[in-house]
Amino acid sequence: MGSKTYGTFVVETNDEGFMTNFQQWNKDIAAAIAKQEGIAELTAPHWKVIDYMQKESAAKGSAPSIRAMTKSGVVGTKEFYDLFPGGPAKKAAKIAGLKKPVGCV
Amino acid sequence: MKKILILGGGTAGTMMANHIAKKIPAREASITVVDRDPWHYYQPGFLFIPFGMYTKEQVKKEKKRFLPKRAEFVQSEVAAIEAAKNRVKLADGKTLEYDYLVIATGCKIAPEETPGMTDGWRKSVFDFYTYEGSCALAEALRSFRGGKLVVHVNEMPIKCPVAPLEFAFLADAYFTKRKMRANVDITYVTPLPGAFTKPIASKAIGGLMNKKNIDLVTDFSAERIDAAKKELVCYDGRVVPFDLLVTIPTNMGASVIADSGMGDELNFVPTEKNSLRSKTFENVFIIGDATNVPASKAGAVAHFEAETLIKNLIRSMKGEELLQTFDGHANCFIETGFGKAILIDFNYDQEPLPGSFPLPVIGPMSLLKESVFNHLGKLAFEWMYWNVIIKAIPIPMIGARMSMTGKKIPATITGGENGIEDLRDVRR
Repeated sequence: MGSKTYGTFVVETNDEGFMTNFQQWNKDIAAAIAKQEGIAELTAPHWKVIDYMQKESAAKGSAPSIRAMTKSGVVGTKEFYDLFPGGPAKKAAKIAGLKKPVGCV
Repeated sequence: MKKILILGGGTAGTMMANHIAKKIPAREASITVVDRDPWHYYQPGFLFIPFGMYTKEQVKKEKKRFLPKRAEFVQSEVAAIEAAKNRVKLADGKTLEYDYLVIATGCKIAPEETPGMTDGWRKSVFDFYTYEGSCALAEALRSFRGGKLVVHVNEMPIKCPVAPLEFAFLADAYFTKRKMRANVDITYVTPLPGAFTKPIASKAIGGLMNKKNIDLVTDFSAERIDAAKKELVCYDGRVVPFDLLVTIPTNMGASVIADSGMGDELNFVPTEKNSLRSKTFENVFIIGDATNVPASKAGAVAHFEAETLIKNLIRSMKGEELLQTFDGHANCFIETGFGKAILIDFNYDQEPLPGSFPLPVIGPMSLLKESVFNHLGKLAFEWMYWNVIIKAIPIPMIGARMSMTGKKIPATITGGENGIEDLRDVRR
C-alpha cells in the first residue's frame, strides 16, 4: 500500500495507482488523475460514465467490465474507447477512484 | 430421499456426480445428470491436436462410462431452469423436479459476438476450443506455407487463460521442427496489458515470448475482423494483419442460463465465491466454468471447487452453516514447446510465484520456470484426468486450498529484461 500525487492531491493508492480509499475521492482529484492518463478535460459524457461506474461498484462490490458498461446502455463501445482511450474500463475506474475491474484471472 | 439434479456432464458435472455417489448414501439422495452431448472430451487435448501431438480419437470418450452407476443420465437439451419452482424444463417439454441443483453447464465460445469473425470461420479464422475447431486447425497448420500467424484473445475471462499462450509457444516449436520458422511471423494479441493476467507471471511469460521471437500486442480489443482484408481491427484504430488467425472468441455461459434469467452480462451465474452457492437460491450450487467467481476457468479449479461444494451440499442438506473454504486455487501447466513446460499455482489473493512444487527445494516440479519435469507432469495429467480427477479422487500432496510451501516472493523478476515493456507497435 502506498500513496501517489495527482496534481496537488496526495491519495492512498495501490502499486498501479488505483485509489484504495474512496473517501478521499472528489471531482478535482478525478480531473487530476484524468490529466495524468492523457485526458485533458472531463466532459459531461465522461461524468455520466464515472457516475454510473461508481453506482455499480457500490451495488456490486466491483467496477463493471467494458461489456457490462456497454450492455447497460450508458455508453456505446466505440464511444467508451473514444472517451477513455486505451483500456476504457480500467482507465475510467481509476479516474472514478474505484478498484481495477476484475475479469482478469 | 432427496433429488439432486446436475446440469452438465462435463469435467465439473462428472466429478460432482462421483463426489455425491461417494459421500451421500443412495438411500438419502438420487443423482440425475442432464447433458445434451453423449461424449466426454478431454479438453486439454484440444491444444495438442492441431500440432499432431494428440489424435482426435484420444480425447473423446463416452460420458456414461465416467458417471457413477447409481446416477441416471438424461441426454437432452435443457430448455429452462425454473429455480423459484425447484424444477428444470427439458427441450422435449418434460419437467425434472429437484431438491438440490448443481449447475455445471460450463462455457462456450461465441464468435458471433465479434462482427466479421464468422465470415472467415474455419477458412482463415480458426478456434481450438472446440473438438471440430481443433481438428480443422490441424489441417490448416499442416497446409500453412508461411506468413503471419496471429494468436488472439478476444475478451476476458476465457476458459484456460494459459491455453492461447501455450498455442503460441507450441506453434514456435512446430514451425521450427518443420524448418520454416523463419517464414512464419507469430504475433500474440491480447486485451490485457501484458502476456498474462497477474504481474509476476506476466513478466516471466512476456520475457519468454520475447526470447522465442513472438511479438506481443497488448490492450487490444477487437472491434471487428475484416475477413476479406484479413485484418483484426481494434477500437482505438490499430490494425493487425494476418494470414492465419487463431482466435479465442468471447467465452460465454450456456444460453439456458440467459434464457432462465440467471446470468450476468456473459451468462455466468452469480455465485458466492467462497461457498459456491448461488447468490439468489439457497438450494442451487454452481461449479466450474459456469460460475462468475473471479478464478480461472479450468478443470483443476473445478476439481478444487468440488471439494468445498460437496461438503456444502451435505451441510445444506443437514441445515448446517456453509463452509467458506474455496480460495480460488488454480494449478496449471503451461506448455512452452520443445518438451518443456512452466507450472503455475495461485488463488484469489496470491498471484503465481516462482519456487518448487509441491515440496520446497525438492520439487520435483518448478514454478514459473521452464522444465522438462513440468512437461512430463502435463503429459501425466491426461491419465490423472480420466482416472483420478473426474472420478473425484483427491490428488496426492495437492490440497484443495493453495499452499505457500516452496513458493518464493521475488525482489525482481528474472523472466527477461524486456518482458512486457517491450511491446511492439503495430502499424497505425
